[in-house]
Amino acid sequence: MHMSDALISPAVGGTMWLAGGGMIAYGARKMRGCLDSSRVPLMGVLGAFVFAAQMVNFTIPGTGSSGHLGGGLLLAILLGPSAGLIVIASILTVQAMLFADGGLLALGCNIVNMGLLPCFIAYPLVYLPLVGKKPARGRIVLAATVAAVVGLQLGSLGVVAETTMSGIAELPFMKFLLLMLPIHLAIGLVEGLVTAAVAAFVWQARPEVLELTDPDDPGRGRVGLVAVCLLVAAIVTGGVVSWFASSHPDGLEWSVAKTMGTEELAEPTDGLRGALGRVQERTALLPDYDFAEPQDPVDDEAEPGSQEPAAGQWFSPSAGTTVSGLVGGGITLVLAFLAGWALRRRTTSASTA
Amino acid sequence: MADIDSTMAEIGWLDRLSSRDTPLHRIDPRVKLLTTLAFIVVVLSYGKYQLAPLMPLAIYPAVLIALGDVPLKFVVRKLLIVSPFAIFVGLFNPLLDRQTMLTIGSLEISGGWVSYASILIRFVLTVSATLALVAGTGIHNVCRGMEQLGVPSVFTVQVLMLYRYLFVLVNEGVGMSRARALRSVGNRGMGLRACGAMLGSLVLRTLDRAQRVHTAMCCRGFDGHVRTIETLRLGVRDVAFLTGWLGVLAMLRAFDLAGLLGAAATGAGR
Repeated sequence: MHMSDALISPAVGGTMWLAGGGMIAYGARKMRGCLDSSRVPLMGVLGAFVFAAQMVNFTIPGTGSSGHLGGGLLLAILLGPSAGLIVIASILTVQAMLFADGGLLALGCNIVNMGLLPCFIAYPLVYLPLVGKKPARGRIVLAATVAAVVGLQLGSLGVVAETTMSGIAELPFMKFLLLMLPIHLAIGLVEGLVTAAVAAFVWQARPEVLELTDPDDPGRGRVGLVAVCLLVAAIVTGGVVSWFASSHPDGLEWSVAKTMGTEELAEPTDGLRGALGRVQERTALLPDYDFAEPQDPVDDEAEPGSQEPAAGQWFSPSAGTTVSGLVGGGITLVLAFLAGWALRRRTTSASTA
Repeated sequence: MADIDSTMAEIGWLDRLSSRDTPLHRIDPRVKLLTTLAFIVVVLSYGKYQLAPLMPLAIYPAVLIALGDVPLKFVVRKLLIVSPFAIFVGLFNPLLDRQTMLTIGSLEISGGWVSYASILIRFVLTVSATLALVAGTGIHNVCRGMEQLGVPSVFTVQVLMLYRYLFVLVNEGVGMSRARALRSVGNRGMGLRACGAMLGSLVLRTLDRAQRVHTAMCCRGFDGHVRTIETLRLGVRDVAFLTGWLGVLAMLRAFDLAGLLGAAATGAGR
């Protein structure tokens, strides 16, 4: 469930960058207080462990497929939330850069979805209370499974929210959510069971390892609270920013707004309708998408002709999608390749000469 | 993650690419990071139906790939393998958005296909720029650049340590998995129980390794900070690279090069 750069808007990506970056800075500051130098290699090697753990698959009975460890919650269990978040963020950074999985701007989204939510929500608010003061095998298994499921559900909710707020993909919020949540319920269950199995094994073999997290103890409740506040703030600002971005848009929507503006003068009813449409677009958190389907038939009943201008609003051709624009785009594409090719010939001949 | 051996081999290759000496390698990592981020933001700043203005932006990855002498085959293969997520989610666009948006002759193209094409182009542009950045810089230098740009050192050191042990531990995981596969008859031992125990012991081994690594680091004078000998210094070339690219990106964002060229080529007045 790595978000990719191609699906997000700069407003959403930037907001999530701030949220993810803020959490890294917060975690780093918190760790500086209690950092003994043995944590440095420990965290590094555990990050690499998560990659290694994906090599060890297991078959899921009854299906042909196999599952593997996700790692987010396990890292929080082994290292505590702050260090866990930093390790996950480093994993995601390496994945974005080396595996091209995710993206540089989407990194913030991914850190929030797969790091912040499991470490600062699922771990302190679900795992710790379920394990309780006196851990036992059964409690650890139950807590890890439930917490992994919760973490993954929250994460997929984050993916859906970020994707629909960005407005690049066409899937409406509810449909996308109904698609993602059940899939990730299954994945979360599988992941939770592995996490539980590993945590229980480690607890039996070396119980002191799970107590590595004790330094975080005093701040447990507060950490969760801070995270929830940050998350809410991120979602609200993300919503507001992208809302402003969509009400002061550029490019297509801007040019459409301009053509709508001139039409308003000619046809006052359209103008009113257009204005209402714009009001509705502004009051909707996710303009263009979630209400598009239910709205159309209702509008049809009220005003038979209303579908046309609404459709025209979104689909009138713009500079970006006319044939001549595409021809020009193709020309520049070829030019870009030629430039690269010529440059490379020069580079290689210079380096061999 | 289907074929992990080849993936790791590719990363090893990327690592070797990043340790060469090309014009791209000689540019300050901070500059490359900043221009690449600016490039990605510009690519994503276009509306979802704006297809043509994205195309001139291909100049950035094209020049990076050329300057860094990155094998094009490598980039293309990566692009083909990677990230089904964007492609999968984007696939709903043509299904949901069927309004005709563009007619070429008698061919009617719906808005959904246009926006899907836009997603694919965004994907190709951002991923190829990121790959070229890493191939032409290397993780170590990217981390140094990030640190100098103000990223907490706890994080950059973490990325470096992770990268250093990535290959070691992945090989260990592959070895364990292969050993189990050789010993299992049919599906015996391939289930969750054995997997949990294997991963659990891998955790313990990893913890032991961390302890050994730490001891070794302490023997060599490690005190919690990673030091580098050379400091990054911005040269004339770096400043020129930065300002040049920011200027080009701003120009491309401000003026619709594709539209102007297309109008000139097809003779269509706009």
